[in-house]
Amino acid sequence: MSEQYLIESFERYFNEEMLPEEKAYFEKMRNENPELDQMTVEHKVFMDKLAEYADRRNLKDNLQSTHKSLLNKGAIAENEHNLSKGKIVQLWHRYKKTMGIAACIAGLTTFIISGSMQVIAPANRSEIQQLSRDVEQLKKTQDIQYSKIKEVTKMPEGAVVKSGGSAFLIDGKGYLVTNAHVLKGSSAIVANSDGQEFKTIIAYVDHAKDLAVLKITDADFKPVRRLPYDLKSGKVDIGAEVFTLGYPRNDITYNKGYLSALSGFDGDTSTVQISLLANPGNSGGPLFNKYGDIVGILSTRETNAQGVTFAIKSNEIFQMLKNWRDTDTSAISNVSVSEKGNLKGVNREDQIKRLEDYVYIVKAYN
Amino acid sequence: MNPDKKEHTLLQGLANNDSKAIEIIYENNFSTIQALILNNNGSYDDARDVFQEAIMILYEKSKSESFELSSQIKTFLYAVCKKIWLKKLQARGKHATYLDPSLIENTVIQESDLDTARQLDVDFNIMEAALEKIGEPCKSLLKAYYIRKKGMGEIAEMFGYTNPDNAKNQKYKCLMRLKKLFFAQYNKMNEDE
Repeated sequence: MSEQYLIESFERYFNEEMLPEEKAYFEKMRNENPELDQMTVEHKVFMDKLAEYADRRNLKDNLQSTHKSLLNKGAIAENEHNLSKGKIVQLWHRYKKTMGIAACIAGLTTFIISGSMQVIAPANRSEIQQLSRDVEQLKKTQDIQYSKIKEVTKMPEGAVVKSGGSAFLIDGKGYLVTNAHVLKGSSAIVANSDGQEFKTIIAYVDHAKDLAVLKITDADFKPVRRLPYDLKSGKVDIGAEVFTLGYPRNDITYNKGYLSALSGFDGDTSTVQISLLANPGNSGGPLFNKYGDIVGILSTRETNAQGVTFAIKSNEIFQMLKNWRDTDTSAISNVSVSEKGNLKGVNREDQIKRLEDYVYIVKAYN
Repeated sequence: MNPDKKEHTLLQGLANNDSKAIEIIYENNFSTIQALILNNNGSYDDARDVFQEAIMILYEKSKSESFELSSQIKTFLYAVCKKIWLKKLQARGKHATYLDPSLIENTVIQESDLDTARQLDVDFNIMEAALEKIGEPCKSLLKAYYIRKKGMGEIAEMFGYTNPDNAKNQKYKCLMRLKKLFFAQYNKMNEDE
């Protein structure tokens, strides 16, 4: 116990948190007591090493994630095939930067949106489009959002909205799943269908799967004891009716369609193709089966065909949660699961009324 | 922005672990280094490791106030990567004759820079090993406070402590254990030298 008290004193001493008398006393003690002096010095060495470790750890992590995101973007490549593509992609990015600047100047709006230009055409797959909200969308809703900001927003002053999309609760304690590409900024806030905003932290990101977990940190968030839906990992058949709730605009929006192929773009088996009219802003939204259980998460659409949308299978969400648990002990133990078929046999209007409370709009900002 | 100013801004960004600056440095330089390593007996993983090691060295330099980069970032990284890769190849017992002759030219990087980097890596690994050894919840608790710089209130909530003071108490207990483990290894290493 006394050693603990000492360590606390050392820390306060080095952080300059001591009162002047206290500091003077501590320094006098150090002077008279070589052993204490030695311990102080030793602790300082240790704390410096720990700080050095922290800086390097953070940088190393940052380098790893930069590497991954540049790979995803196609700006760097790790095989011959992509290497040739890389050049074109690099040109693309250079071009986009200029476009971004032009947009900023032209816009002179409350939002400077150069960053979100990227979502218009994801580099190495220009045939598909991520469904996070793009510049046009943001411009259209700018007036509404402007008025919102003038009300109360939990975004810090001067925050620049980078991208937006949808998200849904997978755990009543405030954990939401969304697409990684929705989170272009460094932080994000979410709002429920009533427009109530909550601050979040980005708890986990998996760029390869394009999935991410947000955790609501606000005290005024009321935990939900039981979610009205289940996350279904089983196979969904072609032709199965599906629907989604999301935020292509600031109001929650419903859309329905059907599963049209068991694989996604270019034969990608982690996704399925659905025939459903999705719009930018639908990214990260839940894909429900007709009983109101979640079978996937909307992510991208094909740019040159109407109504061809891709959803990441819910299996991938389970996988991501498992990976998260493997690397981080603060991860949630499992998705809380509702009673089976909770909304089975309930008509669609009532289903939506029950479900809409758990689908959130995401605004990522810097 | 003139080129020198831009380089300076990038270095400052790197010193502050700013993601945007890191991304720009990474994007502008990685492919060149990757080509260098691939053309000289290396794999994709080697390229990534060597490049990131070089960035770590640039980072340490950019943090010191007296540091003025005498060459461009690109030239510096290229020189450092060459040197690191040459050492790695030698350690693996491969002959330098396979190498691109340009790899053996004189470079702007000093041997002492690499030694400093090596010492920092050793210390880093000792701390990492100590953190692994103390087990949970100490590991996550200390990481949350000292690495991710979370506040005590947030930590108390994350770990389910009833109040920040309890979390703080636990943090000091964990810190004492970490300190013991760290010094056990650290002093041993320094005696060996």
